[in-house]
Amino acid sequence: MTSPNPAAKRSLRERFDGERILLGLAAPVLAVLLSAVICGVLLAISGKNPFDAFQVMWDYGTASDGQVLTLNRTTTYYIAGCAAAFGFRMNLFNIGVDGQYKLGALFAAYVGSQVDLPAVLQIPLLLVTAMLIGGMWASIAGLLKVYRGVSEVISTIMLNAIATAVVGLLLVPGIFAPGNGGGSSNAIQTAPISQSSHFFAIPTAGGDLYGFLFIAIVIGVAFQFTLSRTKFGFDLRATGRSETAAKASGVNVKRMVITSMVVSGAIAGLIGLPELMQHSYYFGQSIQPGLGFIGISVALLGRNTPIGIAFSALLFAFLDVAGTRLPLRGDFPQEIVAVMQGTIVICVVVAYELVRRYGLKRQQQKVGAELAAQAAAAAKKEVSA
Amino acid sequence: MRTTRTPRAPSRSRPPDPELGPSRADLPPQRILQRNDAPDDHEEIAITGSDPAHSPGGLPSAGTATAAVELRGITKRFPGVVANHDIDITVERGTVHALMGENGAGKSTLMKILYGMQKPDEGTIAINGELVEFSTPADAIARGIGMVHQHFMLADNLTVTENVVLGGEQLYGIGAKAKAKIKEISDQYGLGVRPDVLVEDLGVADRQRVEILKVLYRGAKILILDEPTAVLVPQEVDALFDNLRDLKAEGVTVIFISHKLHEVLSVADAISVIRRGTTVGDADPHTVTARQLAEMMVGAELPSPETRESTVTADEMLRVEGLRIAKPDAEGIERVVLDDISLTIHKGEILGIAGVEGNGQAELVEAIMGMLPLDAGAVTLDGEDLTPKLTRARREAGIGYIPEDRHRHGLLLEAPLWENRILGHVSESPNSKGFLLDPAGARRDTQRIVEEYDVRTPGIEVTAASLSGGNQQKLIIGREMSHDPKLLIAAHPTRGVDVGAQAQIWEQIRSAQREGLAVLLISADLDELIGLSDTIRVIYRGRLVADADPATVTAEDLGTAMTGAARGHIESDADALAEAQAIAAEGTEAAGDAGDGPTAAASDEPTDTADDPQAGE
Repeated sequence: MTSPNPAAKRSLRERFDGERILLGLAAPVLAVLLSAVICGVLLAISGKNPFDAFQVMWDYGTASDGQVLTLNRTTTYYIAGCAAAFGFRMNLFNIGVDGQYKLGALFAAYVGSQVDLPAVLQIPLLLVTAMLIGGMWASIAGLLKVYRGVSEVISTIMLNAIATAVVGLLLVPGIFAPGNGGGSSNAIQTAPISQSSHFFAIPTAGGDLYGFLFIAIVIGVAFQFTLSRTKFGFDLRATGRSETAAKASGVNVKRMVITSMVVSGAIAGLIGLPELMQHSYYFGQSIQPGLGFIGISVALLGRNTPIGIAFSALLFAFLDVAGTRLPLRGDFPQEIVAVMQGTIVICVVVAYELVRRYGLKRQQQKVGAELAAQAAAAAKKEVSA
Repeated sequence: MRTTRTPRAPSRSRPPDPELGPSRADLPPQRILQRNDAPDDHEEIAITGSDPAHSPGGLPSAGTATAAVELRGITKRFPGVVANHDIDITVERGTVHALMGENGAGKSTLMKILYGMQKPDEGTIAINGELVEFSTPADAIARGIGMVHQHFMLADNLTVTENVVLGGEQLYGIGAKAKAKIKEISDQYGLGVRPDVLVEDLGVADRQRVEILKVLYRGAKILILDEPTAVLVPQEVDALFDNLRDLKAEGVTVIFISHKLHEVLSVADAISVIRRGTTVGDADPHTVTARQLAEMMVGAELPSPETRESTVTADEMLRVEGLRIAKPDAEGIERVVLDDISLTIHKGEILGIAGVEGNGQAELVEAIMGMLPLDAGAVTLDGEDLTPKLTRARREAGIGYIPEDRHRHGLLLEAPLWENRILGHVSESPNSKGFLLDPAGARRDTQRIVEEYDVRTPGIEVTAASLSGGNQQKLIIGREMSHDPKLLIAAHPTRGVDVGAQAQIWEQIRSAQREGLAVLLISADLDELIGLSDTIRVIYRGRLVADADPATVTAEDLGTAMTGAARGHIESDADALAEAQAIAAEGTEAAGDAGDGPTAAASDEPTDTADDPQAGE
């Protein structure tokens, strides 16, 4: 019943793909536009000119220092997005990215301050430390889910709170923070990491571009490769699509849950490192909070694909960076950026589901129509024969 | 192989063969076109003029009584697909009218139209001679049409009375009056419904009667039953048919949707066959044979049944010993779902497991597949102890698996076909090399499966969800057969699959059997079990309680054993067997041979029947 003509087949495939891409793009683009409109209305209601606000953001986004800042932040957001997305692809809702990255960064900072190896060894050591700690912390949720049936959503949320407490506990002077006089101020923080722990940066006209960007790219490539080209990735996607079918097909679902939780946590462990190894060089109270939750939003908007996450991380980073300009240039409330990010996520979740259902239905109809056409053609042939 | 063609009024619905010029002229052109996909020798299906459900095209019947339901020229298009096309059906009052057709032929859509769930794009509906238009099921109910769905819609924790009254409170209230009415209806139609019993305490057959009563309570005079026998054992089917006859005697019209041929033949007064969304003919159940009906449904001649020689060898393939599984049920009470199950399947043997659903079949399959942990027992495949191995290792060791619920266990519905081809065999060639996937190899092989197993799809990039059930099943079977399994576990392999695909699937299982495959067949279709199996075991409450030789057992006796009433080796008496053989022989009449093969006890199902000297060579 399939067409024996390979050319016809390929053209059919192209058409399906073209449409799929179009459908895939429609949702996020619409969501972003819609949220811009909502924020514009909000600004207008509060008596500000929304176009001026957007202009301010755009100007900063196109300036070179703004661009470097945006890219640096994108690096962090991208890793956070990948960490969350890896779990999502298996229907594992790892809310615990936040706790995992804090612990990962803390231990990396501590190791970095205590050990001073040549950079070729030191930097991988810090990366591995952060990944190990993040993965181990995440594995607690995985083990609880597999052996005790605890929902990973609940356990990771709780582990976040516990992680914050653990960080507080370990940062007490005398443990991870220097006993006395470690810093010039009374801020509690780890000792600075050794010089060899500093990651390379690319100097540009707009400031230093984090070399960690390349690590992020490597993570993205590895993510894509693992999912689409390896047996492990197939098992993971199969489990995400239908756990029952995956189980019947021989996937060891328990092991998959633990493995993907650990991988997700290991990626999460890296989130704090660009800041640590390229900017602040110590772990303290000033570490940016909430990156794990931004990662979840970024993953949602990016549809859990490495390319999509890149775009959404860029968008979120741009909004954050450009948003800092708003109060400086014309007294706009910076919070509007948070509103915008929030509305984007809500809109996009709804839009994706709508598009998914539409796409599925449309394909069913298409297949039905094509089979009917084939049957008609066959009947016609018989008539003429 | 010709049967007599009974003369009849100008054939509207069943176009004759192209050689017969004259009667062809009075057919609309699209019918001719539509019929042309059938082979030339297709004209010998007996359609008689005695069929009362018959009126010359388009016009309301001018007969003595007005028909209960008249559908004329019903066409329903969904974007891109024509679900129904120019359907004409006349249902006489007080008859059981069977509506037959393959899965996806358009029966459900048609009934949804009649029940007001969907509006037709063209055509008219007349109820008792009056033209009507339904926009909701409430309109249809007001006209006395009721539908009993395939899946029961009852609240388990309510009593029968409460379930019946639910939503119809304004009719007779909710108290004594309602109960009296229920009693009255139950007695009038011989339904034997007990009003105060909780529905959760009722068996499947009783629940069905409650559903029927629910519809009658709302004043239905025209009853639509959607595949009512799918969930019943033979004895229950007979009881249901008795109920239907009572209903008929009381003037109720029953529209009965089914694709089980012998059931339709035994209960229906008239038959309409739908194929590819349009009516292809009406048939008289008194003269038409099961085989002819099947051919009408499929639109092509079915593959001939073949000589079945035993392919059972002495080599053991699967040995299951002392299997025991206990697991907590919904209330958290530990229950033994499988107890002391031991069985052996040899190379080339098909072992059939008969049983009412929920007696441990699913657990048995999952235990052999390694999806459920064992409390005791051992599973050995071809000398290799699989007991400690996980599902994947067992699959790699050579177990093919056709799951009972293909959507839950057999497919990734939203993934393309070629990814579905990988599912379950990700570690095997051509799907992977080392730890990497081989998408190109998988795609190539999917293309091969699609061609060899006749999976009807426009391509291998479409999602599995867009295929029809039969084609999904063919893909699964193609996939499982592509890895040279030693043992095939086939759980309800033809459930929800149309007759054409059914025959194909059976043939595939048989040909693999000839090459030494061992098959564990689990089926609710007793004809399928008797027709395919070399040995039958009966499972009841987690135990294998009886066994039978398919050559010497009837579906009825097997059904008795399934209810736990018979134990040990069951053998039907000679008279009953002979009768079953006669039915089977009728099914193969067109093939020109009486059924005397090893499967003679079987059925009307074409490929299940007896020897055909021309085939199998």
